[in-house]
Amino acid sequence: MTTVTSSERGLLPSAEPLALLTAAGEPLPEPVLPMPGDEVLLDLHRRMVLGRRFDAQATALTKQGRLAVYPSSRGQEACEVGAVLALDERDWLFPTYRDSVALVTRGVDPIETLTLLQGGWHLGYDPYEHRVGPQCTPLATNTLHAVGVAHAARFKGEDSVALVLLGDGATSEGDTHEALNFAGVWQAPVVFLVQNNGYAISVPMSKQNAAPSLAHKGIGYGVPSVLVDGNDPAAVYAVVRDAVQAAREGGGPTLIEARTYRIEAHTNADDANRYRDPSEVAYWLGRDPLDRIEAYLRSCGLLDDARRDAVLAEAEAFAAKVRDGMNADVEPNPAELFEHVYAQPTPALREQAAHLAEELR
Amino acid sequence: MTLSMAGALNRGLADALDADDRVLVFGEDVGPLGGVFRVTDGLAARFGEKRVFDTPLAESGIVGTAIGMAMNGLRPVVEMQFDAFAYPAFEQITSHLAKLRNRTRGRVEVPVVIRIPYGGGIGGVEHHCDSSELYYTHTPGLRVVTPGTPEDAYHLLRASIDSPDPVIFLEPKRLYWGKSEVDFGAGVPMDRAVVRRAGADVTLIAYGPMVPVALETAEAAGEEGWDVEVVDLRTLSPFDDETVAASVRKTGRAVVVHEASGFCGYGAEVAARLTERCFHHLHAPILRVTGYDIPYPPPKLEEHHLPNVDRVLDAIARLQWDDRVDGVVGVA
Repeated sequence: MTTVTSSERGLLPSAEPLALLTAAGEPLPEPVLPMPGDEVLLDLHRRMVLGRRFDAQATALTKQGRLAVYPSSRGQEACEVGAVLALDERDWLFPTYRDSVALVTRGVDPIETLTLLQGGWHLGYDPYEHRVGPQCTPLATNTLHAVGVAHAARFKGEDSVALVLLGDGATSEGDTHEALNFAGVWQAPVVFLVQNNGYAISVPMSKQNAAPSLAHKGIGYGVPSVLVDGNDPAAVYAVVRDAVQAAREGGGPTLIEARTYRIEAHTNADDANRYRDPSEVAYWLGRDPLDRIEAYLRSCGLLDDARRDAVLAEAEAFAAKVRDGMNADVEPNPAELFEHVYAQPTPALREQAAHLAEELR
Repeated sequence: MTLSMAGALNRGLADALDADDRVLVFGEDVGPLGGVFRVTDGLAARFGEKRVFDTPLAESGIVGTAIGMAMNGLRPVVEMQFDAFAYPAFEQITSHLAKLRNRTRGRVEVPVVIRIPYGGGIGGVEHHCDSSELYYTHTPGLRVVTPGTPEDAYHLLRASIDSPDPVIFLEPKRLYWGKSEVDFGAGVPMDRAVVRRAGADVTLIAYGPMVPVALETAEAAGEEGWDVEVVDLRTLSPFDDETVAASVRKTGRAVVVHEASGFCGYGAEVAARLTERCFHHLHAPILRVTGYDIPYPPPKLEEHHLPNVDRVLDAIARLQWDDRVDGVVGVA
C-alpha cells in the first residue's frame, strides 16, 4: 500500500461547499464524492430522526428544571450523525459541549450523556467504553487531546483515528492552531471537523474570521482542508469517511469545515433574537438536513411512510426513555467530592471528608 | 556516586525510559541538543526519536498532546524549558491535567510529569526566573515537587514518573550544577518532607532553591548560639503536615523561606497551617523570608530580591517576642 501523505493530498478547499444533494434533496448531477450505500443512508436518516427527537426532549427537560442548561444542536444533525457514523468502533471521538447528539449516535447512554448538563457530575460516561473523550466546555482544548490520543495510537501500532469536533468560535482559540500544527508535523491520524454554525454565541462569522473559509486555515499547517455542506448528511459522511480512511492509512490529518446552522439559540439561557434576523433562520429551515435526506430516500424508493412511521415511533420511545431516566431524582453522594482528586486521598482530603460527613450526620 | 542535579535528573530520565516502554520525553530542544540545561543530554541518541523528541515551540500544544497520550496509555515526561514559558499551557494544566481524574470519577488517569526549570539566581533575563509554584499548589489534583539535592532529584523524578497523578516537577535552576553524593539505592518517598539538619531552637522551612541557603544559615546561626533545624519540604503539594508540625512543636519557632513573592505566597499557607496546629507550642509568630512583591527584577538587581543568609539570620533574631511592640520587630 502506498501512503499518500497529507502534503500530497492537496491543501486547498473548494470555493463552494462539497455536496451530494441539493437543498431539496435531489442528487447533484456531477457529484465529486461517492454516494454512501443504501444501508448507510437509511442509518443516517434513522439516527438523525432519533437525534432530533433527543434534542427536543433535552430542550423540554430544561423547561422542567431537569437540566441546568442545554445547548441545542437542532439543524446540525447532518454533522453530528454523519461524522460519527463515519467512524469505526476502534476510532476515538472528542466532542464539545454541544455534541450530545453525536454522543448518543456513538452509543453513549442518553442519561449518561446528559449528566454533565444535569449538574449531577462533570461527566456521566466512561470515556473508554465507546472511545469518547470527555465533553469539553473550554473551547479547542480538546483538539490537542485528540492529537495526543492519535499520536499514542500510532506509537502503539494501532490504526485507530481520532475525530475531534469543534465550533467556528473554537477556530479563533490558540489551541486549534497548535493542534493543527502538531498534527501536521507529526502526521497524526486525526480529523478536525469544524461545525461552522455561523455564530460563536452571538458573534457572527464576519467578526470571527477573515479567511475565505475556515477550511483555509489548514493550508498554513500543511493540513489538507475540505469544505462541505454541513446540512447534507450524505456529503458529511462521505467527506469524514474519506478523511478517516486517509488518516488510518498513514495519510495524516484533515481539516473539514462543515457549513451548517444552529436553529435554536446558543443555549436555553440565550436570546438569539438579539443578534440574528428571523429571516436568516427561515432560510436555513428551508435547508433542513432531515428533510433533505428524507426527500432523497423517498425519491429513490428507500423510504416509505411505513418505514418513516417506524423510525418516528422508535424516536418517541427513545425520548420516553430519556424522560423517564431524567425524571428520576439523582442524589450525588457528597462523600465522592473527595474521591478522584488524587489516586489516593491525601491526609488533608481525608480530614475534610470526615468534616463534611460530620456536618451531614 | 557524585553527581550534579542536572546529571542526576538525566540519569533519572534514562532509568525511567529504560524501565518502562510507555515513558516518553518530549518538549522544545530536548532532542539532539539535550535541553538548554542539558538535562536530556544523550537521551535521544540512546532511546531514539520515537521516545525522546523535539516538538513545535508551543507549550499548550506540548501539555495538551501529553494529556491525550496519557489518556491513551503512555507516560509522557515533558519539559517547559523555563518557568514563565509554561504560562501558555496554564489552561491545559489547570482545566484538564489537574481535573481529568476527578471529572471522569477516576476512570481516566493522566500520569503526566511536567518538568519546569524554575527560580532565579542565575542571572537570567525576564520570564526566565519566576517562582511559579503557587499557581500549581493552589490547583487540586496536581502534585508539586521540588528537589533540593541531586539525590532527591533522582529519586523524586523516578517517583513522579511512576505516580498515577500528574506532577509538576520544579527544578531549581540555581542548583543544577551543584554536586553531591547520590545513592541510587536510597529511595525517597513523595509527599514527605525531611529534616535535613536537626536543631532545638528554631525550624527553618525551605524547599528547592532555598535549601542550601537554609542550611548555610543554620551553620552561621550556630556560631551565634542558635541551634537551628532545617526542614526541606521536597513535595509542596500535598503538604506533609506531620513532619513539619513535629519539628515546630519541638523548637517552638519557625521561619519559612522562599524566593517567590510573599504576598499570598506559599509561606502564608505554611504559617497558617502551623499556627492552626502548633499555636500553644509557639514562642513567637511564624515569620516569612521571601522575595519582594515585585515582578522578577533584572539580573543586576536580583541579589537584592532573593532571600539570602543575612535576611534569614535577621528573621531568626527577630523571633524574640517583644511585648512592647504590637507584633514582631521589623514586620510592617
